[in-house]
Amino acid sequence: MKTFYGKPVFGGIAVGEIRVLKKEEKNVHRSHIDDGEKELKRLEKAVDETLTQLKQLYEKALKEVGESGAAIFEVHQMMLEDQGYQESIQNMIMTQQVNAEYAVAVTADNFAGMFASMEDAYMKERAADVRDISERLIGVLLEEEKKEINADVPVIIVAQDLTPSETVQMDKSKVQSFVTRHGSTNSHTAILARTMNVPALIGLDYEDGIHGKIGIVDGFKGELIVNPTEEVLALYQKKQEEEAAKRELLQQLKGKETITRSGREIRLYANIGGISDLQSVMTNDAAGIGLFRSEFLYLEKEDYPTEEEQFQVYRSVAETMAGKKVIIRTLDIGADKQIDYFGLEKEDNPAMGYRAIRICLKRPEIFKTQLRALYRASAYGNIGIMFPMIISVKEVRSIKEIVEEVKRELTSQGVTYGEVELGIMIETPAAVMVSGELAGEVDFFSIGTNDLTQYTLAIDRQNAALDDIYDPHHPAVLKMIQMVIENGHKGGAWVGICGELGADLELTDTFVEMGIDELSVSPSCILPIRRKIREHD
Amino acid sequence: MVKFSFRVKDELGLHARPAGLLVKEAAKCSSKVTMKKGGKSGDAKRIFNIMGMGIKYNDEVEIIVEGEKEAEEAKTLEAFIQENI
Repeated sequence: MKTFYGKPVFGGIAVGEIRVLKKEEKNVHRSHIDDGEKELKRLEKAVDETLTQLKQLYEKALKEVGESGAAIFEVHQMMLEDQGYQESIQNMIMTQQVNAEYAVAVTADNFAGMFASMEDAYMKERAADVRDISERLIGVLLEEEKKEINADVPVIIVAQDLTPSETVQMDKSKVQSFVTRHGSTNSHTAILARTMNVPALIGLDYEDGIHGKIGIVDGFKGELIVNPTEEVLALYQKKQEEEAAKRELLQQLKGKETITRSGREIRLYANIGGISDLQSVMTNDAAGIGLFRSEFLYLEKEDYPTEEEQFQVYRSVAETMAGKKVIIRTLDIGADKQIDYFGLEKEDNPAMGYRAIRICLKRPEIFKTQLRALYRASAYGNIGIMFPMIISVKEVRSIKEIVEEVKRELTSQGVTYGEVELGIMIETPAAVMVSGELAGEVDFFSIGTNDLTQYTLAIDRQNAALDDIYDPHHPAVLKMIQMVIENGHKGGAWVGICGELGADLELTDTFVEMGIDELSVSPSCILPIRRKIREHD
Repeated sequence: MVKFSFRVKDELGLHARPAGLLVKEAAKCSSKVTMKKGGKSGDAKRIFNIMGMGIKYNDEVEIIVEGEKEAEEAKTLEAFIQENI
C-alpha cells in the first residue's frame, strides 16, 4: 500500500483501477510552403472539421453534464473562430510561408501567453483553453485519429493535466475520479468534477508505475491510496456507501425550506473558520453563515493583519454569500488559542483569563482595525457582527461606543457601509443571568454552548478525566438556553445557537419548542438537521 | 454612436461563459460594437479581445455601438446584458 497526497477540489470517495494517461507530445515541424493560398484552404477545411468536432463535444457534454458544463465547448468554438486568432494564423502562413500546423502552434503560444500573464487566477487558467483548441486543430491538420478513453471497469483517471475535451470524451459511467499533477481549483477538470459529483485531486505527484493498480481516492483528505490492504479497502467501501446515502439526502433536501410541519421557519446557518469552508457552505445549502471565526486571520500571520487584508476576506465572504446573512465574530483569542505577537502573559487559568472581548476593549486599536474592515465590507453584502465572552451590559455599551466612533470616522472619510446587525455571544452564566437587560442593547444573541457548558458545570472540557460527568444535556444548561430565548424575545432580540449543541439531533425538537430562531452548525450537519426540523410538528 | 454601460454581476468577472454569451449576441448586430473599461478597449465580437481585458466582478464596462441600426441594436444588446451578464 502506498499513499500519495494532493489537493482536493471536490470531496467524495472513489475506488477503481488506476489509468495513467500519458500525453503524446505533438511534433509540429516547421516547413516551407510555396503555395500559401493552398495552405489557407487546407487550414479552412481543418477549422471546419474542428468546429464540427467541438459541436459534437458540446452535444455530448450537454447530455452528460448539463448546460453549464457544456458551455465551454461553445466558447471553444468562438475562440477557434475568433478573428484575431484566425488572422494571426493566416498572416503567418502568407508572410512567412510556413505550414498551417506550425502557424497554429505559434499563434497558440502567443495567445496562451496573453492569458498566462494575466493576474486573475481564473483568466490564467484560460491559457489551457487556447492550447486545447489549438492542439485539436493541429490534430486535424495532421489527420490524427481521435482517441477516446474507454473502460469496462470503474477507473480513476490520473494525468499530468486534462483538457476539457479529454475529460468530456471519457465514458462518465466508468470514471470514478480525476487526479492531476497540474491544474488549479479553477481548471475545467475541477469544474467538471464538481458538476459530475466525482472526487478530484490536483497537485498530486504520482509515479507512472501505479498504472493498472487498484486505487482509492479520498477527496476529503486529498489522498490517493494505491494497492490498499483489504481492511483499508473495506473501510473505504463502507465510507462510499455512507457518502451515497448522504448524497441522496442532499438530493431530497437541497433547496427546500427549513420549516416545521406547522410552518415555523428556523434559520439554518453554517459555522466556518475560513474562506476555504465556503464551498461546503454552498454544497450543503446553508441559508447563511451564523458564525465566521475571524481568528484564522490572526493565527496565520506573523503580525497583526491589516485593515485591508481583513477587508478583502470579509468582503469576499459577503459577496460569495450574495445577500445571505454572514455573521462574523470578532477576535476570540487568548485561552487555548495563543498568538505570539499579541505578547500575552501565560496564565494559570486561561479559560477565565485575558481573552476575546477583554483584549479588544483594553486594546481598542486592534479592535477598531477589525471593526473598520467589517463595516467597509458591509457595503458588499449582509454582514452581522457578534462579540464573544460578554459578561455585562457595561461591556456592550463600551463596544457600541467604539462602533459608533468607527462609523463616524468612515462617514467623515466618505466611506460607505451597509446596515449591520450587532449581536453578542451568550457563553457565560453571567450573560445568561442578565440576558433580559442585554436584549435591549443588541439585535441578536448567539448561544455558545461549548463555553456555556464548561462554565456552568465548572468542568474543563479539555480534561479527558472528567468526560463521564461532562454532560452537555445537563438540565442546568438547557434551562439557561430556555431563559436566554425568553429574555431575548422579550427584549426584541432574535436568538440562535452556534455551539456544538446546535447540531445535536437529539435536541433539535427541544430547541424548536423552546422557540429558537436560528441554529448555526458545521456545514455537513445542515441537511440532517433540516430533515429533523421538517419532520417536527 | 450610442453608448451605455453596465456592471458585471458575475463573481468570476467576465469569464469564458458570459464572454461567450456576449460575443454571440454582439455578432448578431450589424453595427460595430466596442467595449471599454478603464484605458482598455476591445471588439465585442471577438472573444479573445473581451477575455483579454480582464474584466472583474463589479467593474463598470462601457459599450459603444456604431452603425446604421445603432439605436435599436444598442437597445437589444443592453436588454440582453441586463438579463444575462
